[in-house]
Amino acid sequence: MGRAAPWIVLALALTFPLAMQAEHQTYYLSFASRIFIYALAATSLNLILGYGGMISFGHAAFVGTGAYVSSILLSEGVASAWIGWPAAVAASSLAALVIGAVSLRTRGVYFIMITLAFAQMVFFLVNSMKAYGGDEGLSLRERASLGLGVDLGSDFAFYYAALAALAAGLYGLHRLAHSRFGRVIQAIRENEERAEAIGFPVYRCKLVCFVIAGAAGGLAGALLASHGKYVNPNVLHWTQSGTLMMMVIMGGAGRLWGGVIGAAALLGLEDLIANHRVDWLAAIFPNYQQHASLGVGTVLLAIVLFAPQGIAGMLARKKHA
Amino acid sequence: MSWILIVEQSLNGLQFGLMLFLLAAGLTLVFGIMDMINLAHGSLYMLGAFLAATLVQATGSFAAGVLLAIPATALLGMLLEMSVLRTLYARDHLSQVLATFALILILNEAVRIIWGPDMPLSVPAALSGPVQLLPGMVYPAYRLLIIGVGAAVAGALYLLVARTRIGMLVRAGASNREMALAMGVNIRRLFTLLFGVGAGLCAVAGALLGPLFAVQVGMGENILILAFVVIVIGGIGSIRGALVGSLLVGVVDTIGRAFLPLLFGIFFQPRVASAAGPAIASVLVYLLMAVVLYIKPQGLFPARG
Repeated sequence: MGRAAPWIVLALALTFPLAMQAEHQTYYLSFASRIFIYALAATSLNLILGYGGMISFGHAAFVGTGAYVSSILLSEGVASAWIGWPAAVAASSLAALVIGAVSLRTRGVYFIMITLAFAQMVFFLVNSMKAYGGDEGLSLRERASLGLGVDLGSDFAFYYAALAALAAGLYGLHRLAHSRFGRVIQAIRENEERAEAIGFPVYRCKLVCFVIAGAAGGLAGALLASHGKYVNPNVLHWTQSGTLMMMVIMGGAGRLWGGVIGAAALLGLEDLIANHRVDWLAAIFPNYQQHASLGVGTVLLAIVLFAPQGIAGMLARKKHA
Repeated sequence: MSWILIVEQSLNGLQFGLMLFLLAAGLTLVFGIMDMINLAHGSLYMLGAFLAATLVQATGSFAAGVLLAIPATALLGMLLEMSVLRTLYARDHLSQVLATFALILILNEAVRIIWGPDMPLSVPAALSGPVQLLPGMVYPAYRLLIIGVGAAVAGALYLLVARTRIGMLVRAGASNREMALAMGVNIRRLFTLLFGVGAGLCAVAGALLGPLFAVQVGMGENILILAFVVIVIGGIGSIRGALVGSLLVGVVDTIGRAFLPLLFGIFFQPRVASAAGPAIASVLVYLLMAVVLYIKPQGLFPARG
């Protein structure tokens, strides 16, 4: 993307709610907030997966931990987002520190499997928390409150909160990727032995990177719980980790906008199939709209097989050609 | 807590472990030979169960339905291998994970379109009653059948891999694929065949476990993760490892769920025990895996020496 593109996107995102409010389309306001939240979660995964080359199959553990910690605080009467969200971030960071410290000692396939196993542990632990809904989940009476005269209960205000979190996440990733630390992380992705031989503390760098990604994932989880005013153990299910990976790869792993593009493309595609009837398609397959994931799966399979660089990669290639 | 309960739960663990082995065996060989992570293995388990349910309904006989479902699922598995999975062998693990994850979504929806969200499949009437094993101890006949079939299939598979020419080629491929290729083994054809066998084993497990759990869309997803835990514990590519890992996971999981809450009840207050017992029991196998990986990063029986 060019130098101006991020600012244009930001300007569009900032004015979008005004246009929607004029049209009384609040559904799309809430939908856009959901995209921002998933984009933040996918961006945090992109940091370890795309930039760090660590194929974590358990990122839902951090999103879910954030979602549950903030929800439990809300249900216990701690309404302030200034307490709930930092607590979610702290808990997810801690989880990432513990999980990362053990998992990062393994390589390749074993790393994929052990991150998956840890995420399953968190999933089952949350499932058995009967006091907080167990497998039925936890409904929240209201969203976290931000104070300062802002009512997050309105979709309008929440949109801007989610946008701010995503913008901060992207800016953070941009700065991180170009920092010394970010260079080391990418060097480790390219050749771990060489980075080790040069004298970088490989294990410690990977662990720090893992914890940062977990923290950002936790924030996304806290936002997600507030957005839907509901959380259930499925935010921790392993297929959720797969979905986040799918977003990163669809968008473009190791590219700044990869997570955003992937989240928008995937959720947009789901919404497009489920809520926008195409008459000639409906004439052939009458119930096709109930089977959105068939379309999503086919698109994903095609991208993995034919465009492994993702959507951002295709856009970049077109520009260079 | 009496000894009858212990024996009963051990048999349940054995039964679950043997079924896990049927899933893990195909998975570990695919993984070991082609270095390929196949998440869609769980979908074959689901397909096998749905096919069995349909065929049992159509033929009116449980045995005939299950026996027909096995080659049908094997055929579907080979078709899947030849159409999509074959192109993934040369790709990295990330691409394999994502492509087969996409296959899960596609196959789940395909099953939902063809069959709907679930299918009825019940224990055959002749086996629905209990059997007296020892004086004072009864055990469901159907679960005994599963143990018998599971042990027989596991034994046959072991003989196939350890004693036949095909099995020798499979083991050669698992321990060093390039060398096997250099010696003139047609890995491609061998692999399609192997994939068919793996899919057939999935069908056996899916059809037999169907009446105990439920034949529904998504049934393969949780058991797939357990099968991965099994092969990581056992050592990727090792049939012996898969067998030991399966029995270990099956027994630890079942015994843990049955006795950990009771055990906690002795040491803690009832309120704590009833909350913590089931929670710890459900993560026990994952803890087991983490411990095994920590001590032996290559698993218990690494195939590559």
